[in-house]
This record gives sequence, C-alpha cells and structure tokens, in this order.
Amino acid sequence: MPAADREVVLELDSLVRHFPVYGSGVVRRQIGTVKAVDGVSMTIHRGETIGLVGESGCGKSTLARLVLALDQPTSGTVRISGVDPFTLSRKALRALRRRVQIVLQDPYTSLNPRMTVGDLVGEPFEIHPAATPPGGAAKAVRDLLDVVGLDPDHANRYPHQFSGGQRQRIGIARAIALRPELVVLDEPVSALDMSVQAQVINLLKDLQDEFQLSYLLIAHDLAVVRHVSDQVNVMYLGKIVERGESEEIHDRATHPYTQALLSAVAEPDPRESARRQRIILEGEVPSPIDPPSGCSFRTRCWKSAAVCASDVPALSVRPGSPHPCACHFASPRS
Amino acid sequence: MSAEALLEVRDLSVEFASRHGALKAVRSTSFTMRAGETLAVLGESGSGKSVTAMSIMGLLDPVRSRTSGSITFEGTELVGLSRARRRRFPGRNIAMIFQDALAALNPVQTVGSQISEVLRVHQGASHGAAKAQAIEYMDRVRIPAAAQRYSSYPHQLSGGMRQRVMIAIALALQPKLLIADEPTTALDVTVQAQIMQLLTELRRETGMALLFITHDLGVSAEVADRIAVMYAGRIVETGTAAEVYLHSRHPYTRGLLDSIPRAAQKGQRLTPIVGSPPPLTAIPRGCSFHPRCPRAAEVCTTDRPELREISAAHCSACHFAEELADARG
Repeated sequence: MPAADREVVLELDSLVRHFPVYGSGVVRRQIGTVKAVDGVSMTIHRGETIGLVGESGCGKSTLARLVLALDQPTSGTVRISGVDPFTLSRKALRALRRRVQIVLQDPYTSLNPRMTVGDLVGEPFEIHPAATPPGGAAKAVRDLLDVVGLDPDHANRYPHQFSGGQRQRIGIARAIALRPELVVLDEPVSALDMSVQAQVINLLKDLQDEFQLSYLLIAHDLAVVRHVSDQVNVMYLGKIVERGESEEIHDRATHPYTQALLSAVAEPDPRESARRQRIILEGEVPSPIDPPSGCSFRTRCWKSAAVCASDVPALSVRPGSPHPCACHFASPRS
Repeated sequence: MSAEALLEVRDLSVEFASRHGALKAVRSTSFTMRAGETLAVLGESGSGKSVTAMSIMGLLDPVRSRTSGSITFEGTELVGLSRARRRRFPGRNIAMIFQDALAALNPVQTVGSQISEVLRVHQGASHGAAKAQAIEYMDRVRIPAAAQRYSSYPHQLSGGMRQRVMIAIALALQPKLLIADEPTTALDVTVQAQIMQLLTELRRETGMALLFITHDLGVSAEVADRIAVMYAGRIVETGTAAEVYLHSRHPYTRGLLDSIPRAAQKGQRLTPIVGSPPPLTAIPRGCSFHPRCPRAAEVCTTDRPELREISAAHCSACHFAEELADARG
C-alpha cells in the first residue's frame, strides 16, 4: 500500500513559533522576534520516514519540540493522529504522549548515569502503567533489550558500561517501549563512531518494519537522510524551502540552497568528486532576529534578483520544479 | 627520504596512566611528511589521531603521559627536549588549530589582540606594527571588515569566523607545518566547505605542510595528498586518496567505506563493521582489528602485522593485504 493512502500519523498545518527578543534596558521592551518556525506544513503517514535537513539555527529542533507537544505554537496546529494536543486536558495529553517519542542525539548525556539499563528502559511503563504488556514490565524490558540487539542479562548494568552504539540502542529501546506511532529521531547517529553508525541505521530500519513506526528524521548528514527517508524537507530560517522524494531531491534539486548544501558535502569517492562542480556559498545563515525581506536565502544566493527582495516565494510546484520548491527561479542544476 | 622530510615520526608511542591500567593511545606509529604536503589522518574517536598531533605539538602533560620513540622536525629531535625548549619550538615551525574555536580562544581578549600577541611574543613586533599585521592576516583569512572586527570578542563572532581567527593566529608566524585537528567538524556543511576552501588556498599561497586530522572519509579525500588510516593507536593503511578509497588494502578501511550509505543502495540494509572499537586499556593481541574483521585467521590473533608497502606509495598493516581483491565496486 503506498504510504500516501495510509493513515495520517502527524499533521502540521501552517505551524508558527515566534520567540520575543527583549532589550537589555531597565524597561525590557520587546525589540524583535525570532521566527524559529515560520509557517511549516507537513504530513507523515504510518510507516513513513520524513527527513528534515537544515543547518544549525534553521528551526529544526524547535519544530521537534512542537511535534512532541513540549512547546506551544504561536499559531497553526499540530495534529497527532488527528488530535490537537494543545486542546487536551493534562490527563488526556499525557495519554497522547505515548504515541510520540524521541531518540536524542547524544547517548552519553541523555541517559541518567545513576539508573540501570533495566530501569531506564522500564521507566516508560512507570509513567504509563496502562501500557505495560501482559507479561509485566520486567519481561517487557528483557524483550525490548533483545529487540534492539542488547543482551537482556545486562539489564542491571549502568550506561557507562556500554559503548556509544550500545547506549544509543538503549535510547532507542526507551523510545519504542510504549509502541509509539511516531518517533522523532534528532540526529540519531551523528554522535556515534563511523563504524557504528551503519549498525544503528539498520536497527532503526528493522524496527520500523517490525512495528510500523513513522519517523521524523532530523539530521545534517545528507547521505544518511537520503538512505532512510521516503521524503526530504529542506529547511532554511524557519521555512521549508524544498520538499520531494529523497531521490528527486538528491538528483534534481531545484532550490539553490539545496543545491549548495548537496554540493558542500565532502565526497569520499575520488571519481565522484572529480565529476562534481562545487558551489561555495558566501557568508553564513543570517540572524533569525532580522531575516532578509522577501526570500530569506537571497543574501547568499547567486540567482538573487529584485523580485526576491520584495516577494516571499511560496513552497509550490513551479515550471522549473516538479516538486514543491520555494524559489522564484527554481530549476535543476545544468 | 629523511633528508627531504619535514617531519619524521618513528615508533611513536604514547601511554597515559589510568585507573584501569596503562592506556595505550598511540602504539609505535611511524610516518613521514615532506615540506608542503597534506596528510590526512583518518580515524574514529580513540584511534590516537589527536594524541599523535598533540605529541608533535608538545602539548601532552609529561607527568601524566609517557612518550617514547622519535619525532624529528627538520632534523631536530623533539622527544626528550627540555620543557623550556619544547615550549618555544612550535612557534615558527609548527602551529595548530582545534575543533572548538570558542574554547580555544580567550573569551576576555579581543580576537585582534590575540593575533597580534603572537607577533609581539615571537617576533618582538611593536604594538602598532603587530596590530597592522594582525589586520592583514584577518584579511587574508577573508574576515570581512577586518579592521572593525579586530576589537570584537570571540562570542560576538559566528562559528565560521572564529575558526578563521584561529587560522589567522596559526598563520601569523608563517609555520612550515599546520596541524588542523577536526577544524570543520563543529561547523555547518556550507561553512565547512568555505573553511576547507580557505585552507586549500592558504596552503597553495604559503607552501606550508598540512597535517589534517579528521573522522570524515569525504573531507579527508578532498583535502589530502595522502591519507593515513588509524585504528586503536596504530596506522593501518596509508596511500593516496585514490589508492585508499578505490583499492583499499585493509579490511578496516574497506569496512568503513562499505558502511557509509551510498546512492545505489537506497533503502537497502547497510553493511556495518561488527562490534565497536576496543577500549585502549585492553587492546586485542595480534592485529587489534581481528575481533571485528571478516578475514581474521589464526595468525591475526597472535602476530601483530606491521605496516608494509603493498604497491608504490600504498602501505597496509594486514597479513592478507595482497589477497584483498582489487578495485571496489
């Protein structure tokens, strides 16, 4: 069954999160606004992996917090399996949280060093006793450790007794304990050694097949995103600037920012890098407090024209782009 | 070889005392660099790449660590030099830049004065002359509006600009060798590409040699003339980027190359290396990679393979280097 026909797990509609910025004077007047997330819409179906790519400060993590209902949007809606978490009572919200979990980037700091692995993986069942499987929490923990490729007999060990890759498996076991529908993967492999990254990527793929999980994969490594995602979203200063199937984005990106991002990735294969023409962007991501008018990428863009300063380009299918792209001059690289 | 060598490292070993016994960070490692050459040292965390760099720079604490072997720079032996001479030695010869520029820069001193300080201390330049020269260097590392940025503090600059300041400090004494320890790892990809381009240009302009330490296969392939792959404190393979990536002669390097996602296998399972790197207090006997190696045989558990030449300018430390089939797919 194609992903698009399956049930919708997450729906974001024109999601906006602005943070006020205050001056340093005695009267702390608001002097600006950081538009961390500025009108993002997105749909994730069951069993689908949606990649979200962007540089630091583009709003990826704020978006993740909104999806996890840890932060309230300024406007727009989040719907988790059709339910808006911000309209719920505290009790109902707590029940809804079972459906969305997160795997954090750094398995060294995200696990409590004073808790045993068994306690860490079993903690979700203490918070949601109703979700404990029939055999009891202890058995569920052993099963979970087995599922993520750890020895169930190690349940009484502490995190420091495990390697980085094993710790990330513990984090993954915690995230899937309550059988969520959606898991936010926030840079799940970037803190791991190269030789271990592939193991964790394979595990995530296996778990997705086994439990029909949907993933929102936030990462900066385009090769990883391409490998596991069905669809890729490229984010720049709070907005999605390009969206499409992962092959489409990698082979026929139409937004200048995506093209630059792809060409900036260092290529290990000398045959491949000899073939490539690199785009080196000027400058850095502008401050989100005072983003450029019109298209926010125009200050670094080689295609920039008068229209870019006046009109904000919408994320839509255009003559030069068969998939949605927010550029007035969208076209694939020649 | 040694006549033209800029830097020669012979049988370098570095040990640290730890609660769990001696921690062998670098184990009899040897390599040579010629003037003007770029060598990338590629390895995972704990492979010994940074400790190798620190020992060349003389930054290891002599009380807590033990260094043996030999490091010669233009014929001068650096291991065993008195502390005072060791401290003075890098200056005009060797400079180093680090991954975390914010931590490496002094937070309460303007970036400009941190550059001119180097010129005043090592060249005895006057305040005015040092400032003028510092601004020149800031210009050379493409810091826009250098004269105004001279009096900025590190926290006022972006990550890419801070890294440029570090490069300016390193360049100020015109070193013959620049050691760059993961200089782009903390930066965003588009800024990373800018810094890589800057380093390449500066190297061409100054003719300095570059020892580039990285964990990124792609970055090492793009920057280096030669690559040295390190695993558990030893160099396991050296060669040109093309040799190492297209005709690797070591199962570890091959394992790494096979484990990275590639366009062709979208959605398929990746082929990871089994297990994880060994703790440095308990490195396996024989070949340290043998517990994770698909080709491991009896000999690998007993005899430590030495780095040996397989073909011109391509060395491998694997007992079965010759048998590893040519050309990867």
